[in-house]
Amino acid sequence: MRCVANVPGRLTAVGRVRAPRRLRALLIPVFLSAGCSGPLSALDPAGPGAARIERLWWILFWIATIVFAAVVGLILYSLRHGRRDLTPDIDKDEAQWGDRFIAVVGVVIPVLILLGGFIYSLGEMNALATHDDEGPALDIEVVSHNWWWEVRYPNGAVTANEIHIPTGERIRLTLTTADVIHSFWVPRLQAKMDHVPGSENQMWIEADEPGIYRGQCAEFCGLQHAHMAFFVEAESPEDFDRWYENAASSASTPSDGSARRGLDVFLSSSCVGCHAIEGTEAAATAGPDLTHLAARETLFAGKLVNTRANLERLIVDPQGIKPGVGMPPTELDSGELEALLDYLESLD
Amino acid sequence: MATSLVAEQLHAIWHERPGLAGWASTVDHKRIGKRYLHTGMLFLVLGGLESMLIRAQLADAQLEILDPETYNQIFTMHGITMMFLFAMPVLSGFGNYFVPLMIGARDMAFPRLNAFGYWVFLASGIFMYSSFLIGQAPNAGWFNYPPLADRDFAPGLNIDYYTLGLIFMGISTTGGAINFIVTILKMRAPGMTLNRIPIFVWGELAMSFQIVFALPALTLANVMLELERRFGFHFFGEAGGGDPLLWQHLFWIFGHPEVYIIALPAFGIVSAILPTWSRRRIVGYTWIVVAELSTALIGFGVWVHHMFATGLPQITLSFISLASFMVAIPSGVQVFAWLATLVAGRPVLRTPMLYVLGFIATFVIGGVTGVMFAAIPLDQQLHDSMFVVAHLHYVLVGGALFPIFGALYHWLPKMTGRMLSERLGKISFWLTFIGFNLSMFPLHILGLLGQPRRTYTYQEGLGWEPYNLISTIGTFILAAGLLTTFYNWYMSLRRGEPAGNDPWRGETLEWATTSPPPHHNFDHIPTVRSREPAWDQPDLADGAQPIEQGGHPLTEGHITLSTSVLDARPQAVVHMPHSTPWPLYLTIAMTILFTGMLVSSILIVALGGVTTTGALFGWFWPRRETQET
Repeated sequence: MRCVANVPGRLTAVGRVRAPRRLRALLIPVFLSAGCSGPLSALDPAGPGAARIERLWWILFWIATIVFAAVVGLILYSLRHGRRDLTPDIDKDEAQWGDRFIAVVGVVIPVLILLGGFIYSLGEMNALATHDDEGPALDIEVVSHNWWWEVRYPNGAVTANEIHIPTGERIRLTLTTADVIHSFWVPRLQAKMDHVPGSENQMWIEADEPGIYRGQCAEFCGLQHAHMAFFVEAESPEDFDRWYENAASSASTPSDGSARRGLDVFLSSSCVGCHAIEGTEAAATAGPDLTHLAARETLFAGKLVNTRANLERLIVDPQGIKPGVGMPPTELDSGELEALLDYLESLD
Repeated sequence: MATSLVAEQLHAIWHERPGLAGWASTVDHKRIGKRYLHTGMLFLVLGGLESMLIRAQLADAQLEILDPETYNQIFTMHGITMMFLFAMPVLSGFGNYFVPLMIGARDMAFPRLNAFGYWVFLASGIFMYSSFLIGQAPNAGWFNYPPLADRDFAPGLNIDYYTLGLIFMGISTTGGAINFIVTILKMRAPGMTLNRIPIFVWGELAMSFQIVFALPALTLANVMLELERRFGFHFFGEAGGGDPLLWQHLFWIFGHPEVYIIALPAFGIVSAILPTWSRRRIVGYTWIVVAELSTALIGFGVWVHHMFATGLPQITLSFISLASFMVAIPSGVQVFAWLATLVAGRPVLRTPMLYVLGFIATFVIGGVTGVMFAAIPLDQQLHDSMFVVAHLHYVLVGGALFPIFGALYHWLPKMTGRMLSERLGKISFWLTFIGFNLSMFPLHILGLLGQPRRTYTYQEGLGWEPYNLISTIGTFILAAGLLTTFYNWYMSLRRGEPAGNDPWRGETLEWATTSPPPHHNFDHIPTVRSREPAWDQPDLADGAQPIEQGGHPLTEGHITLSTSVLDARPQAVVHMPHSTPWPLYLTIAMTILFTGMLVSSILIVALGGVTTTGALFGWFWPRRETQET
């Protein structure tokens, strides 16, 4: 049983026909045909890190299966003498063979298997770790927040919940946190690593092919731990360079009416207390940087697809979408709201 | 046998007062053991209801049965309940009831400490559950990591219930562990040398040593966290120079041995059930005992595998990884010793044996997935995913719940004197076994498909829904299986067939006295000449080994024998304390004290302090009547 399916990752934040799909999946025998693919599947690696782990998994899986089969086999074998009722006779034999059996099957063989597994996994650990002497292609800083991800690039570009990387390159991530412990996990690319207050952890990611690889906070971090997703967007080096240059640029100030009004609404409402937009006076860092908001695929750490309607919901009723989130609802009259949406949609 | 003169004399010496006064003041290990068992089962019902709420919420994507805050409280309390309020007390209950019987003693070494342990367990359980009344149950997970559990992010009383509740409960657990250690080492019947101690008793001994060495780390961590929350200390908060990883180290130095604290006595149960139901002496007694003790030891060297993803140096991870691989070996030794016993024996496929076989199959799955977590890269990939949830439930449900239920079918006839229905037992087993595997096996797949733990919901389109739905259905089937046993238990009390002294022809001493046993356990404390005395010594019949065969009636007073540690030679006659309500009074006083600390009221703390001191004086005040008997 090995997974060959390799479905490229897709954005799957919301909305699809539900019932028939689920019903069908229920009827299909578990695991075999449902397969190992999935936007967060560790068994569907899309980079050299996750691929190493996947290989380790299948080795251990088959060892585990053999051990389990042996145990069940012995149980079934023992039942050949099984009976339904208690009999008064008792066997008090010391069973000398039992000591040899336990020594060989319970000690010698397991020691060999376990030592082999230990040595092999140590090599893999070393291969997956970050080493100072390797010059990475790119150093990205990921700061985790309750409940979103801030991503900072060396050229000054700042994004939220989306990490753009070039394919085929080893990217070094430096992980820190603004509040509690979070854990950075993109199962299709690499093992996870925690963001620990007061320290900087490092890891690397690398994607083989262009695609969108979903990530998720793995350490329990409070009310909205469930909605703390992010996306690694791997692009060809050329595409990445184009994105990278644009991402560091300031937002252009809109000249025409509605969007221009929207900027004023933004700067005069509570938005400006938490968010920054490069090229305007808005420079607060409590919430995600919105300089290139319109270029993002999702909103609210993967909770919503980035559409005008969802953006409106988010502004008007954030607590209804993600109870407990740091963003307060903003009360605007409909003219102001439309203007604000026009402005935010212009931030590409 | 109640007609014999010795039995009458002993009854006059050892019986306890009837009614409420007797209820509040008992120190009889059998009554206390049953209390632990009953109370623990009540908490199993609560923890089970919590698990059903969790699974209902996760049955499909984006359900809103529970809001996020309630969900966090429920899953936190589910963990705390199943570990501290169900598994440990129930295993303690079996230990309390059967250790003195199995070693041929009249009671535990410290009967009043024993009573105190139960009351404190009950009080601390109620203390923690009372948090639901004000809607502020602990909500940062049973692992309670700061800074999430620190005041900045958890300003309510939630976490204070956790810290104070666990500190309070630790008093009970520690006292109980010390009591087991002294009882097992010093109170064994003459002739029960170290290599004749029943394996179940070895399991309780190994567990007790683990508690004594592991629990202080948890208590210390909770004291530090409470100081940080209430008085602004900086142990864990990085702003003041603390380190959040310090909590994780302290917690898991306790938390990993905790797994074995639950598993070792459960393994002991398996080793107690297997020989009787295989109709043969256990194979590899010495192997099993050495394995239990080495698990207890190695279990202290693996805690960092809960922290493989925190960024610790590789060299640290390597040592812990090696220990985590190796800790599988003693468990494997036990599994293969049980299998050898089965193969060499003639297994009787009745309910206790079914639970044991179910235990072996499920525990082995938990064991092999445990080895996967010893491999650092795979741990870092699957850590904090549903795969871990599956793994730990295979270890703890497979490894503890199944043995506990097997033990009910094996031992309830001894405890109540009445048989259970075999038919209901089998129905219960199959529902439990199928329900459990349906509820937990799919979580392996979910973990591999990337579903993290401890999320109150999940988004659509990630391919997780079918497995979650299967798991939820399985949970409800599992619940039906457990309820069937409770019904069976209830019906057996009402109209079960009389069990007789030894319905299964068991090998250990508890089968050599009446069902249920008298207050004094055995009319004559026996002299033991075999590892399976009830099989090998016909002179033990009815708990009255003739004096010429070495039986000790000890009708001279409220006394029992103390023997030497290694070879169980009689050393002294020990006066045992009488029943007393002071342990209950002390517990009430301490509850006031802890409540005062919880609500930060100096007045209530002072009241609790004064009453606690008073209760201690009352307990230890020398009394003439104690010395007379």
